[in-house]
Amino acid sequence: MDAESAKYIGAGLATLGMIGSGIGIGTIFGHFLAGATRNPSAAGGQFTNLILGAALTEALGILAFVLGLLILFS
Amino acid sequence: MADPMHQFEIQKIAGLPELAFTLPGVGVIDMSITNSTVAMLLAATIVVGFLAITTSKAAVVPGRLQVIGEGVFSYIDDLVAGIIGHEGRKFFPFVFSLFMFILAMNVLGLFLVFTATSQLAVTAALAVMTILLVVGYGVLRNGANMYKLFVPAGVPWYMLILVTPIEIISFLLRPVTLALRLFGNMLGGHVAMKVFAGFVVSLGAMAAGGGLGMLGIPGAALSLGGVVALTALEFLVAFLQAFVFAVLACVYLNDVVNLGHHH
Repeated sequence: MDAESAKYIGAGLATLGMIGSGIGIGTIFGHFLAGATRNPSAAGGQFTNLILGAALTEALGILAFVLGLLILFS
Repeated sequence: MADPMHQFEIQKIAGLPELAFTLPGVGVIDMSITNSTVAMLLAATIVVGFLAITTSKAAVVPGRLQVIGEGVFSYIDDLVAGIIGHEGRKFFPFVFSLFMFILAMNVLGLFLVFTATSQLAVTAALAVMTILLVVGYGVLRNGANMYKLFVPAGVPWYMLILVTPIEIISFLLRPVTLALRLFGNMLGGHVAMKVFAGFVVSLGAMAAGGGLGMLGIPGAALSLGGVVALTALEFLVAFLQAFVFAVLACVYLNDVVNLGHHH
């Protein structure tokens, strides 16, 4: 296997980091919905916290994406 | 198929070689007008124009336009007051400018050919500006007490050996993730849109060849539907990423404004 094809395989493998990010965001929104349907009056006030949690989780997925770009283009 | 990365290339619109200067240790700084600077100038003009128009005929009983302008204003004001609290007032102009500027750049990118926030240099500049304000204000306000940022209260000393390095690393990663989140979301979204749009063209060309190539028509229709759905999603992402940037700027400011006493 030459270095060029190994590079592409590596970039593809780097995207696997998004699995964790996907599970995390699913957990956040799922639990938010579970809580919001139990107590809808409190749901509106937690929107900022919801987005904050999703953003922090998403950052790790973005890091995997950037790692893939770094492997491809460096 | 057209190259989906072509849309992110910086192109010079007007070269300004007489303004170029050399910064020691960095190299030559080119001050030419590029499509990136044009997009940013346009975004800034739209923000200023929008707020100037909506507040030009300010009245006690607001008209339709004034309600829009004041709605955006009070939305961010509530956000800052909710996260930082009473002292957040002085950071409102900064957070509001950040939010409006990023939102204008994101939304403009969906209408024009170029998205300024898909350039790492732009998002990194915004993130570094935010973190410098956090560190600068934190040191001015708290002085030597800034170490409490990395040493949470109520944690036993043997746990601090573990917690303090983690806190320091997470603090150092803040500007990095702040810049990369906006950059990655915009880049990824626009690449996905261009890839799906490319499918429509190449499958349509295959169908135009006739014969078995006609099978490309349902695929092209599916891709076209995908482009429409992705565009709708990108409008949501454009707002959400501007909002997330504003929220995180508030959270990081809150850490140093209300250091040691959480509310």
